[in-house]
Amino acid sequence: MAYVAIADRDHEIEHHAPTTFITKYIWSQDHKVIAIQYAVTALFVGLVALILSGMMRLQLGFPNSFSFITPIDYYQFITMHGMIMVIFLLTALFLGGFGNYLIPLMIGSRDMVFPYMNMLSYWVYLVSVIVLLTSFFVPGGPTGAGWTLYPPQAILPGTPGTDWGIVLMLGSLALFIVAFTMGGLNYVTTILQARTRGMTMMRLPLSLWGIFMATILGLLAFPALFVSAVMMTLDKAAGTSFFMPAVMSMGENLSHEGGSPILFQHLFWFFGHPEVYIVALPAFGLVSDLLSTHARKNIFGYRMMVWAILAIGGLSFIVWAHHMYVSGMNPYFGFFFATTTLIIAVPTAIKVYNWVLTLWQGNIRLTVPMLFAIGFIFTFTHGGLTGIFLGNVVVDLPLSDTYFVVAHFHMVMGVSPIMVVFGSIYHWYPKITGKMFNQTLGKVHFWITFLGTYAIYLPMHYLGFLGVPRRYFAMGDTEFMPESAFTLNQSITISALIVGAAQLIFLYNIIVSLKKGKDAGPNPWQATTLEWQTPDTPPKHGNWGPELPVVHRWAYDYSVPGYHDDFIPQNVPADATPATSEHGSDT
Amino acid sequence: MPIAIALIVLVVGSILFHFLSPWTFTPIASNWGMIDTTVDITFVVTGFVFVGVNLFLAYAIIRYRYRKGARAKYEPENKKLEGWLTVITTIGVAAMLTPGLFVWAKFVTVPEGAIDIEVVGQQWHWTFRLPGKDGALGTTDAKLFSVENPYGIIPEDPNGYDDVLVDEAIVHIPLGQPVRFWLRSKDVLHNFAVAQFRVKMDLVPGLETYLWLEPTKVGEYEILCEELCGIGHHAMRGRVVVDEPEDYQAWVDSQPTFAEIQTRTPGDPVLGAVSYAVCAACHGSQGEGLAALHAPKLSGQDPRYLKRQLQNYKLGRRGIHEDDLYGQQMAPMAATLVTDAIIDNVIAYIGTLPDTPAPATVIGDIAHGAELYVLCANCHGADGQGIPRSAPRQAGMSDWYLLDQLKNFKQGLRGHHPHDLHGKQMGFMARTLQDDQAMRDVVAYINTL
Amino acid sequence: MTFALVFLAIIMATVIGWLLRQTLNTQPWEANDPVENQPGRGVISSDPAKIGLISFIAVVTSLFALFLSAYLMRMKLGDWRPLPEPNLLWLNTAILVLASFAFQLTRGAATRGQLLTVKIGLVAGGACTSLFLLGQLVAWQQLNASGYFMAGNPANSFFYLLTALHGLHLLGGMWVWGRTTMRLFAGADTRSVRLSVELCAVYWHYLLFVWVGLFALLLST
Repeated sequence: MAYVAIADRDHEIEHHAPTTFITKYIWSQDHKVIAIQYAVTALFVGLVALILSGMMRLQLGFPNSFSFITPIDYYQFITMHGMIMVIFLLTALFLGGFGNYLIPLMIGSRDMVFPYMNMLSYWVYLVSVIVLLTSFFVPGGPTGAGWTLYPPQAILPGTPGTDWGIVLMLGSLALFIVAFTMGGLNYVTTILQARTRGMTMMRLPLSLWGIFMATILGLLAFPALFVSAVMMTLDKAAGTSFFMPAVMSMGENLSHEGGSPILFQHLFWFFGHPEVYIVALPAFGLVSDLLSTHARKNIFGYRMMVWAILAIGGLSFIVWAHHMYVSGMNPYFGFFFATTTLIIAVPTAIKVYNWVLTLWQGNIRLTVPMLFAIGFIFTFTHGGLTGIFLGNVVVDLPLSDTYFVVAHFHMVMGVSPIMVVFGSIYHWYPKITGKMFNQTLGKVHFWITFLGTYAIYLPMHYLGFLGVPRRYFAMGDTEFMPESAFTLNQSITISALIVGAAQLIFLYNIIVSLKKGKDAGPNPWQATTLEWQTPDTPPKHGNWGPELPVVHRWAYDYSVPGYHDDFIPQNVPADATPATSEHGSDT
Repeated sequence: MPIAIALIVLVVGSILFHFLSPWTFTPIASNWGMIDTTVDITFVVTGFVFVGVNLFLAYAIIRYRYRKGARAKYEPENKKLEGWLTVITTIGVAAMLTPGLFVWAKFVTVPEGAIDIEVVGQQWHWTFRLPGKDGALGTTDAKLFSVENPYGIIPEDPNGYDDVLVDEAIVHIPLGQPVRFWLRSKDVLHNFAVAQFRVKMDLVPGLETYLWLEPTKVGEYEILCEELCGIGHHAMRGRVVVDEPEDYQAWVDSQPTFAEIQTRTPGDPVLGAVSYAVCAACHGSQGEGLAALHAPKLSGQDPRYLKRQLQNYKLGRRGIHEDDLYGQQMAPMAATLVTDAIIDNVIAYIGTLPDTPAPATVIGDIAHGAELYVLCANCHGADGQGIPRSAPRQAGMSDWYLLDQLKNFKQGLRGHHPHDLHGKQMGFMARTLQDDQAMRDVVAYINTL
Repeated sequence: MTFALVFLAIIMATVIGWLLRQTLNTQPWEANDPVENQPGRGVISSDPAKIGLISFIAVVTSLFALFLSAYLMRMKLGDWRPLPEPNLLWLNTAILVLASFAFQLTRGAATRGQLLTVKIGLVAGGACTSLFLLGQLVAWQQLNASGYFMAGNPANSFFYLLTALHGLHLLGGMWVWGRTTMRLFAGADTRSVRLSVELCAVYWHYLLFVWVGLFALLLST
């Protein structure tokens, strides 16, 4: 009995459209609704984390001026800010949000292959978010161990939130991993098995390559976080000594013995480094499609881009210890990890070249999504290059644990992915809602965010060169810090507050445009990929009407010579003559 | 268009910022100039890429911006171009990596004859240990950490007898001598970092880590902890003094050894009673303190704390600020206790005085004070009884004095001397109290303990 | 971390190798129309549920490989005192082999549509698995009774942790087993449970393989 692909037995599969309000919008199994649920939840916690960062900046710019920011609060803020942004915002938004929305639409399928599990994934994610936020309201507050949660401090007094906060944090992470695994298995299987006819792997838009590889990384790397979370919970609750050596705490000798804090760090970063690419690869993919569409030009070097994604994904598992050069691990590891880390710069650089070369000889429309995409190239180049400093083991010695690190990772996995998030939301907004957002507000949002974040992070690198350590509640009088460095900190804070406030423009724009936006039409950007070719906008349940689309070409047929239009959708047959094209064009 | 201009402006601006910024590496004071060189190489290579990519990007945006009727070129790929870019990138990466690995090889090999100095971290203090004349550090055991044996030295190990113990956060090292710092932690992760030396390494409980350097410039530098170690992380400061070799030797000789500390005779309260007569004039015959004379209660206080403060006064680390009038009065009094032995005697005598709780005089919002005290409890203990080797007792001590000192710490009248590192730490914490009312609240709460 | 790395390298090499085969020798920009000739090209000829299970097995492998890496790293740290594995574990292993065997039989019977054999096989598999889990609990009790507590030594901690983790995965399998068995006894025919039975069989073989690996490691250290 030969297996018949899903796309080839579309008519045999029954699709029940949800009928009640609850099954349509709450307990929905429709990937589009789940995507929006994921995205809204992620953006909401992201907003919480943004407010936390504003509080941190207030303390750093104007030390000891606010009674609501003590060292306890401050360390809780940095911990929650980091963990929320990395896991609960970026990972959830890129994979749970964009992944859910785009995968079935871009491959031409009606939904995920396991819709029920997809729904569970969201609800477990929501529970994990609630558990995390609950820690603000328990005695002792959330954990203040830093997002890396290093033991022994994470579970010993002297760090905030070692009673309940850390337990809730670990529990929330475990739940998140369960949610992610359910979602991730879905994304992988759907991309492998539910592609429509003609949609070969090499015809997938790069967005999906990025999301696909990131999901694989996530599936294999999150277990490392799970392992460390379980073992740390046992160290805290059951008195085991996985990570806990013999130590004193509050003047008392504890009963732990022989454990290794470095073991935790290895496990943590074995997850933590791939996590960087779990966030970066979807951003790479999405931005490639943004650039290509709005430059009216095919993505330059598609195959190289795919191979670069594969190479980065593969290499990302053997660079983790570059986070641990000064952790006290065997220093000889430094040679190996510095080499692998710098090797990963090569495929990454190739991606940057190809993005820029995509614009070269294009016909660049400076739409809002395009502006964000250009902003991404600039900020990512900057953040990537400073990564070479930190990856090169000996350069890391003076810079590690300083503001240089903070500036670097915010450029590379804060600002630049967020540029892609905004660009992508603006890009797909007309498809998701059927309405066009306000372009002027979008541009204002871009300019403040782009220039503002650079004003935050460029100077921050130089505080790092000076030697200003990160995770300091206050610098006090530190001899090597000139008065001007404090002024610089104030200016960074002011920029940060402006950028933070500017995000309200974004929220206002996407909320108000729901009602007031002009009708966008099915394909306002004249894009080629399948999601723009749905019979309805926004797509209805089942996405495609009676017949699944059939794919005849790759996702980047822009400005093909000999055709009238400057784009040919993927589902247009190869022999279609340009004159009979049903898609209007204003070029 | 504006975006292209913005990109050009940002590139030019970044370069200008780089060259004009007053914020850059501190003047180097160790042999690790090679690290700075590697950083410079990295700057050149990455700077070239940064400028090249972004200017090209800006140029492409200007030249190929949208024009009606224009058409993009259709070019799926260009293997030759991609090949060349890959090769050039690889060369650039190798140019940065290779020198880096050579310097790292130097960093992991400690030169023969390096002086060993042990750094011991705890929440949130530094102490140090030097091998004695035998050149070997005594072995230690984390299970032996105690107030009497803060280093956890195994008493049976003869190598430990002559170990020199530096029980404060200031260490000296000799100029021009390679020094290997052995790093050890008693509780959580810390990181030993001196900006001017360029190198740093974590202190890991259960493990001994190391780093080495050769100081090249006489001077005093700040030690910072650079691994988040709890709420006092930012206040965990120490100092390293680079001395001429002879000054260094003199300093080493002035420090006590483990054997000396073990065999030191405890203070004699009978002799101390005689010396205490001077103190009693202000602090009261029972050490109960006298608010009218601004003399706090002494009885029941941690003897180590009393001793450290007396020494601070004697060494001019406290009571020297022109606005600290009562501190200025105390300084000459402390000077009358000429030797360490006399100090020990006095403190031993104070230890025999009855510990009646001082009367509560400060009134404030106890509930609010309790919230604020959560921070204090990390060092002073949840019961305000103090934690030995961490912070002194507060509960049952003169509350008006606590209030005064909080103000002094906040205003920098106390804890501003660079060598009063405990004081400096308290300064950080006192500054988190916004106003006098907050201080009264927290003291009022301490009164309830 | 070498252990985890080796496992992950194998998984990643498989994934990337498969993907590369999809990408080499293609000129993706060439539009073509033989769509009729290539129904779902690149789609693996297997039910999505099976692909899902295999991906899940990869995730669980990563999980166990990382635990074992941690085990091997922690083991080197001096204070490791191996604990005597109760002999009961040998019996448990045999029972788990039987469970796996039962599921394999059921799988064949389900393909051939032999309803009674499927029923017997499923019940036998479930019973053996429950017995195994019970046996593991007894083994815990024996260890606890002879003073090998969870927090006593990292070797003990790992023993409890790894066996618990393995047991939990079996329990997860039992949930699917329970649903399938109930459906079957409620009157479903073999065709409608064939896939579930097959997935159970694969999963049980895998967990048997994991247990044998764990047991060998526990015995040898």
